[in-house]
Amino acid sequence: MTFSHDVVIVGAGGAGLMAALYAKEGGADVGVVSKLHPLRSHTGAAQGGIGAALGNMEEDSWLWHAFDTVKGSDYVGDQDAIETMCKDAPRTIVELEHYGVPFSRNKEGKISQRRFGGHTRNFGEAPVRRACHAADRTGHTILHTLYDQCLKNDVRFYDEFQVLDLIMNDDDECAGVVAYEILTGEIHTFHAKTVCFATGGFGRAFKTTSNAHAGTGDGMSIFLRNGLPLEDMEFVQFHPTGLYRLGILITEGARGEGGILRNSDGERFMERYAPTVKDLAPRDLVSQCIYQEIRQGRGIKGKEYVHLDMTHVGSEILEKKLPEITMFSRTYLGVDPLKEPIPVAPTAHYAMGGIPTDYDGRVEIGQRGDIMPGLYAAGECACVSVHGANRLGTNSLLELVVFGRRAGMAMAKEVKEGKDFAAMPDNPEQRTRDMLDTILSRNDGEPVVNVRNDLQETMMDNVSVFRNDETLTTALDDLQELRERANNVVVRDKGKKFNTELMDAVEIQFMVDYAEAVAASAHHRTESRGAHSREDFPKRNDDDWLQHTLFHSDGKGNFEFGRKEVAITRFQPKERKY
Amino acid sequence: MKLNVKIKRYNPEEDEAPHWETYEAPADPLDSALALLLHVKWYEDGTLTFRKSCAHGICGSDAMQINGENKLACSILVQDLVSGDGDTVTFAPLPGSPVIKDLVIDQSRFFEKYRAVKPWMITDGPAPERERLQSPEDFDMIEDATKCIMCGACTHSCPSTWADPDYLGPAAMLKAYRYNLDTRDDGSNDRLDVVDSKDGLWKCYTIFNCVQACPKGIDITRWLSALKRQAVSSQL
Ligand SMILES: Cc1cc2nc3c(=O)[nH]c(=O)nc-3n(C[C@H](O)[C@H](O)[C@H](O)COP(=O)(O)OP(=O)(O)OC[C@H]3O[C@@H](n4cnc5c(N)ncnc54)[C@H](O)[C@@H]3O)c2cc1C
Ligand code: SF4
Ligand code: FES
Repeated sequence: MTFSHDVVIVGAGGAGLMAALYAKEGGADVGVVSKLHPLRSHTGAAQGGIGAALGNMEEDSWLWHAFDTVKGSDYVGDQDAIETMCKDAPRTIVELEHYGVPFSRNKEGKISQRRFGGHTRNFGEAPVRRACHAADRTGHTILHTLYDQCLKNDVRFYDEFQVLDLIMNDDDECAGVVAYEILTGEIHTFHAKTVCFATGGFGRAFKTTSNAHAGTGDGMSIFLRNGLPLEDMEFVQFHPTGLYRLGILITEGARGEGGILRNSDGERFMERYAPTVKDLAPRDLVSQCIYQEIRQGRGIKGKEYVHLDMTHVGSEILEKKLPEITMFSRTYLGVDPLKEPIPVAPTAHYAMGGIPTDYDGRVEIGQRGDIMPGLYAAGECACVSVHGANRLGTNSLLELVVFGRRAGMAMAKEVKEGKDFAAMPDNPEQRTRDMLDTILSRNDGEPVVNVRNDLQETMMDNVSVFRNDETLTTALDDLQELRERANNVVVRDKGKKFNTELMDAVEIQFMVDYAEAVAASAHHRTESRGAHSREDFPKRNDDDWLQHTLFHSDGKGNFEFGRKEVAITRFQPKERKY
Repeated sequence: MKLNVKIKRYNPEEDEAPHWETYEAPADPLDSALALLLHVKWYEDGTLTFRKSCAHGICGSDAMQINGENKLACSILVQDLVSGDGDTVTFAPLPGSPVIKDLVIDQSRFFEKYRAVKPWMITDGPAPERERLQSPEDFDMIEDATKCIMCGACTHSCPSTWADPDYLGPAAMLKAYRYNLDTRDDGSNDRLDVVDSKDGLWKCYTIFNCVQACPKGIDITRWLSALKRQAVSSQL
């Protein structure tokens, strides 16, 4: 079937829902296409908070927030976008509150705020309470509230429709998307005046991750396959505190509420590395420090983890402000954080890179202002870039609502100003049909799981917190072979109805595409910056690398790089110390 | 240890009726039940179908009947399901909604009922410049209900729902409670029009199945009783 809408949004997490609300409010007819039911989106997993200089607990200013974000990004975040976000943050939080988000409250009945890594008072003096939160289920309450608002406003949803391609016509305009309806196995086309991708992150390329099974980076790979570039893919955030072996997240809010990291000597090792903010140093630094401790033999019991000690924090705070993570620790590890420290290790968490956009969500295909008409992206799949080389906690939820909204408004405006449907090419779904038929008709080969395991293994071993020429070359060689294997997997389910195995087989192909973008971009950037730590190039090198990476690929293992300049407005690059 | 994983299978394209199949899976006591299903799907039989995403009890995808009780597969551990090697864990779809395939049910009615209660903030008058104030005590009144992940374990454990497909069920009515008791909201009457009806509150006979089923430990019956009180007092 062909569906048509003024605005088609792919993805129904925080970014997609916010874009939908604002496109709708701007008078556009909106369809939201999502492979999961919206409430199953991974925004619901966000725990600790959403950042804004509301100043409800102590003095704060958007400029301090902006400075922290720029410094956190290791100066490769775009400062115009960062200013836009931090300035708009307090208004955004109030708007969410008016939508009904049940935020935790302080004694005066205002939204409660807590400390988070890298967020400071007065340009780095000391930690500040900036993270607005709903206990430790902030993302959950935001996701549900935004969904409720969409119901209220009659947004049209296409649930459990997986988008597999972008439709580009002969004039290089985007005409819509191709989607596979999971329930029926039908392939549909969506014709749209503007399309916005909000497909989330890609942590599933790594063996240990806090991301959902659905976090397979589909949107980014679809862009690559259509000849569009990805930006800054080398910058992947490893969150310092995932539950050991499982990767399930323990929010930074746990340290914000007083939790302490300790090595096998019981030492509070972050004091040595970041004397001012200690355990509340930004994530890139803390993850690197944890691995340093482990490498120097101070992992707990000689293993690859350290302790997150919450035993002194008290039951009141654990039960009231951190109930979910307290439960995760009890359920999955059998560890009661009240009585014993929690075993934790870094876990693949967040993609700083993604689809290049300006701060209205417009997709850029080269230098700044070089726009792809009618095409937008927002949320984790996009790279605005407000996070640069390292995202600060609480800035992602903020990015979703700020830039999701801006993309929604910009699309509605385009539609209002008369943007028409781009011409639909003949048989736009042919490529998708061929891809699925090829998979379904194959009867010999290996199952998806083997390929996925090997991909996750090589990415974890070679492209995680520390990298060097040798590990990255190994990963790239592995990925060449994995591409071949991913293109030849066999599925046993040949049916039309709810064939999730078929979607697994498509996703593994996507995973190879963006994993290659990550490994290749990491190999390309011969310096260390933020979350990208090259053992063979341990220093930041502003002369050559104060710039964004653009990665282009032909989807067959051949790629090339471009560069894009960083927007610097107020804050000149400095050495980064905490 | 090794376990038997017994799954109620149904493929609408091939089967006339559901049937049971048993697989063997290696397991660690600390594995989740979801890990057992993933093992079967990935290594034994790719046609096995179920929903999943977050794998830690927050997205609400994988509520199903495990050893006869409604649970989230990702949030229940093997050690809590079996006593040792060679034991059997059974999986079936949630009862009370049509089955699409294997463990996947059709949730459309469940979400229609959700929508029916007007689960969004309704306010009179213009919004203030800043946030609306709410005391921590008032927040406490709704906090428990805001934990709901819409997994459906409760509604699909309720005899009233099984008996009457039109009954709104606990999940939808809990949402009505969550907004009606929110001090910032002015839409109570709009929602009471829906829940204070023959398909609503008064078909809840406080059987407590829902409370037992809820993976988030929400005291559903308590909040529905409060909603009943609100309905009664609004008529006085
Ligand atoms: C455990 C955890 C805790 C976090 N805590 C915080 C926090 O406290 N504060 C903070 O600021 N950030 C936090 N983050 C980060 C933040 O939650 C995410 O970056 C953010 O929620 C991503 O939102 P999104 O809207 O971009 O994507 P998601 O919420 O991931 O949604 C993606 C959407 O795209 C859809 N989709 C994907 N592929 C396709 C396709 N091919 N076709 C159709 N639809 C598709 C999915 O169905 C889904 O609806 C956390 C992240 C994790 C994993
Ligand atoms: S109340 Fe509990 S069982 Fe019912 S839908 Fe919500 S989380 Fe699931
Ligand atoms: S997979 Fe998300 S709740 Fe179980």
